[in-house]
Amino acid sequence: MNIDWNHFTPWASLIGGLVLGLASSVFILFNGRILGISGILGGLLALRKGDLGWRLSFLMGLMVAPWLYVLISPDSTLQAPRIDSGLGVISLAGILVGFGTRLGSGCTSGHGVCGISRLSLRSIAATVVFMLSGFAVVYALKNLI
Amino acid sequence: MKKQLTEFIVGLLFGMGLILSGMTDPGKVIGFLDILGHWDPSLSLVMAGAIGVGLFAFAMAKKRTTSLWGDELRWPRLDQIDRPLIMGALLFGAGWGLAGFCPGPAIVSMASGQVKSLVFVVFMVLGMLMFEGYDRVLRKKII
Repeated sequence: MNIDWNHFTPWASLIGGLVLGLASSVFILFNGRILGISGILGGLLALRKGDLGWRLSFLMGLMVAPWLYVLISPDSTLQAPRIDSGLGVISLAGILVGFGTRLGSGCTSGHGVCGISRLSLRSIAATVVFMLSGFAVVYALKNLI
Repeated sequence: MKKQLTEFIVGLLFGMGLILSGMTDPGKVIGFLDILGHWDPSLSLVMAGAIGVGLFAFAMAKKRTTSLWGDELRWPRLDQIDRPLIMGALLFGAGWGLAGFCPGPAIVSMASGQVKSLVFVVFMVLGMLMFEGYDRVLRKKII
């Protein structure tokens, strides 16, 4: 392993992380809900009556965020995401992420942030497993293919 | 009204946090997952920052019986480390490593207008719908 100092953004990432923690904290304290994106989006698809409104308000906020970010950030642009994978890989990855997060009851937000914050062993286990799985896949892509 | 507003603002805040932190850039996420190669440790600071704040909030929440807006606290029902949890995390991690997107950042990055972001979200929703089907079939078998 060697450290990629050129891309290392300690302050932006730490501050971004604090904001993510703040959002998750407000959600559990004020609304009594776990901020887990895959659960919020996936629960919408189950179409349970009376359980749609809060999911939609949250997701609307999430989708408006980049537009507000552009308005208030000093350089008034969104950095274009670097997506190197082809469309086939992207599609397969989408299915894996969608199915996997629902089967495993959570993703980076629900397990990785909220679950670890409430010291849930189940979420700690899930986070360790999805990180190791991510490490292994990236290693395989860079070294074996 | 105050509840809906909080939901919206929390979504907004969370999306801004994702952009600031670098999570909406798959190149950066893959740099973090490339731990045995050329490693960008930034995202460990995202986790540290988020959990650092969350630890206090969740400790406070655990002592409460209702939320500040007067609702019940909806804690996850499952607490066992079971096979679906591990299988799901393995599949999710594989997809995360392949594309560099997890659910939140993918949704936020649709605003960049990149076709690949949109395609990822469409297939992610498809994967979630596949799970709904799988879950229903499985439950019927048990009953």
